[in-house]
Amino acid sequence: MHTDPATTANDPPRRNFFKQVVTGALTAVVGVVPGLAGLMVIFDPLRRREQASGDALPVTRLGSLPADGVPRRFRVYADRRDAWNTYKQIPIGAVFLRRTEDGSITALNAACPHAGCSVGFSDKNGGYLCPCHDSEFTVEGKIAVASSPSPRALDALEVEVRDNEEVWVKFMNFQPGHKERHPVA
Amino acid sequence: MKALFDWIDDRTGYRRLLHEALNENVPGGARWRYVWGSTLTFAFFLQVVTGVVLWMAYAPSSHSAWESVFYIQNEMWGGWLLRGIHHYTAQFMTLLLALHLLQVVIDGAYKAPREVNFWTGILLLLLVMGLSLTGYLLPWDQKGYWATKVATSIAAVAPVIGPDLQRLIVGGADYGHHTLTRFFALHAGVLPGLIIALIFGHIYLFRRHGVKSKRPHRRPDAPFWPDQVFCDVVACLAILAAVLFLTFWTHGAGLSSPADPAEQYEAARPEWYFMFLFEILKYFPASRDFLGLNLEVWGAMILPGIVIGLIVAMPLIGRWRIGHRFNLGVLAMAFGIFGVFTWLAYAKDAANPAFQIAKEEAERQSQRVLELARIQGIPQTGALTLLHNDPLTQGPKLFAQHCASCHRFDGHDGTGREVQDPQSAPDLKGFASREWLTGFLDPEKILTAHYYGGTKFAERSRMVRFVERDVAEFDDAQKEMLRKVVIALSAEAQLPGQAEADAADAAVIAEGKKLLEHEDMRCTECHQFYFEDEDADAPNLTGYASREWIMSFIADPAHPRFYGDRNDRMPSFGKEETLNEKNIGLLADWLRGDWPRSDGQVAAASN
Repeated sequence: MHTDPATTANDPPRRNFFKQVVTGALTAVVGVVPGLAGLMVIFDPLRRREQASGDALPVTRLGSLPADGVPRRFRVYADRRDAWNTYKQIPIGAVFLRRTEDGSITALNAACPHAGCSVGFSDKNGGYLCPCHDSEFTVEGKIAVASSPSPRALDALEVEVRDNEEVWVKFMNFQPGHKERHPVA
Repeated sequence: MKALFDWIDDRTGYRRLLHEALNENVPGGARWRYVWGSTLTFAFFLQVVTGVVLWMAYAPSSHSAWESVFYIQNEMWGGWLLRGIHHYTAQFMTLLLALHLLQVVIDGAYKAPREVNFWTGILLLLLVMGLSLTGYLLPWDQKGYWATKVATSIAAVAPVIGPDLQRLIVGGADYGHHTLTRFFALHAGVLPGLIIALIFGHIYLFRRHGVKSKRPHRRPDAPFWPDQVFCDVVACLAILAAVLFLTFWTHGAGLSSPADPAEQYEAARPEWYFMFLFEILKYFPASRDFLGLNLEVWGAMILPGIVIGLIVAMPLIGRWRIGHRFNLGVLAMAFGIFGVFTWLAYAKDAANPAFQIAKEEAERQSQRVLELARIQGIPQTGALTLLHNDPLTQGPKLFAQHCASCHRFDGHDGTGREVQDPQSAPDLKGFASREWLTGFLDPEKILTAHYYGGTKFAERSRMVRFVERDVAEFDDAQKEMLRKVVIALSAEAQLPGQAEADAADAAVIAEGKKLLEHEDMRCTECHQFYFEDEDADAPNLTGYASREWIMSFIADPAHPRFYGDRNDRMPSFGKEETLNEKNIGLLADWLRGDWPRSDGQVAAASN
């Protein structure tokens, strides 16, 4: 295509267009850079994932846990880091311990697998009831009624008795809302 | 696509808005000198973006403010970068405001019909200064705490309303949780809200009256977009680059040790833009009055008030025949005062060795608390607890206060400062280490001020006589015995800095322990060492210089276990309750070089 050199030199729209693109690009740069630094900080929690430790923690003594098959609620204490603070032995959750007549002990995380509310044990129904959305569980922790909103049974935890006396539980939390258990770290 | 934009335009009229925003006529075409307003808007935008994200991680209370900033700075991804940008942009904002004001006044842009716009600008300037002042306190570190404390104490000298005003600002009688919640609400809510409203007003008025162009025009008028926008955006980019450069260069904004109301902080200084006020206050003592008001009120309120008043009055003064020149004079004077007093303040500090020592001490303490927070984690009571329980931090201070009038530590008072009183008791740096004991048992050294030279033991003690007469004439075999005794005695202390050497020399130590009772060494003639000895009246060497031994010694050196009634001038700090057990423990740990260290860091033997 033939272009007249004289008109090219004095072609304000084209020069203008180039300048507009450059200006637009620079504006984007100065606008985006601070946002990026901010995004890093905002996304910091996604970066902090540790392996779910599931450390065994001492919860109670056998003396506090009669072999009558009735679940009892216990707080679980552990050292925890919460952002900048390091805490010594603070409550990090609760478990239901149940010792049956044959002496075996089962442990259930007290958090409802539906939405994470803390369930209670009701002597009247002989099962667990979540106060939030009425999820019902049997005394073993299984889903009690088909209409229960919880996607899975209460989360069972490993228990061991040490020195014939102390009850230790491998305490873990699991992602609520899923059918499968995903440990939260 | 076009249909979608048409739909949006139909509902919002955005095209007209955009057109108005971008096609503003710039008389005489785009110019670099018009960029200041835009750069300021950009700086404010930066502050809002970074500030809101900082807000997500900041916890305003006196037990969590420093701690959360520490966490942002040292643990969070990109936190130091974010904080650095926020910090340095704040500095640039102050600078840009000054430039903007300077240009407006020089160009006479404050004159009719732009008076109201000028006043909104001055208001914005004052509000930004308010942001600086409130933001400086938020990290709750020593630097911000003391600098802000000075500022709010000045508020208290205001006549009549002063004390109540201060109480309102501080949120109570003294600095605490509510000082932070109030300052934070001002810093992140009230002030930015006002600033945003005023910026809109400022830009609206600016557009209403147009650019006060510099004549003569060298080029034809041109629309704002793209030429002027180009200039503006390049200037913004330059500022961003400078901010990022400073941030990377200094690894973000500093964070000194946590605010401690009980700790003298000699390094307290405001930020550079308030240094001139800091200096000026020295010339206006509150102890003297002028016209019924004390001089501090004049220096801190009335004079700055007059200068601000004169600036506010500029549009009115400008109508007067020589008004513009008068205004230029006022501005030159204001900047001159700022320059001279800023320079004076820094020059004085640079020439002041005490300030330099205090600054280094503050820097060491800042580093130390970071180290402690990493090693031990921060307890619920806050990071200050870490420093209060740290022998390396407290030891030197306790030593300087209670011990250094007689003792020395490496020739100084423990904190690195010279002592006026002559030394009259041993230098305790490396106390009970092999090196220290070797020097003590050296006939050439025992009577120097470093050991017993300044004490009453110099004249009539069996120890000095033994070293000066017996040790001086030791043959090689005896010298070798003494060497082993020194190693064994030093091992009693179980100094962390000597742990490796002690472990390696276990055999020598066992031998030395036996040799200590050898008749040539003569130690047990006066000292007790593991075996009961009722005649022993010199200090018991069992567990010599262990933590317990030193603590008991400081508590009561005149106890029969130590010097008994032969004790020189040393006070019984514990018995007389001059020092409590915690402080005695901190001193003992510090003297023994026993404090928390990062992994892999070996304790220095002589520390």
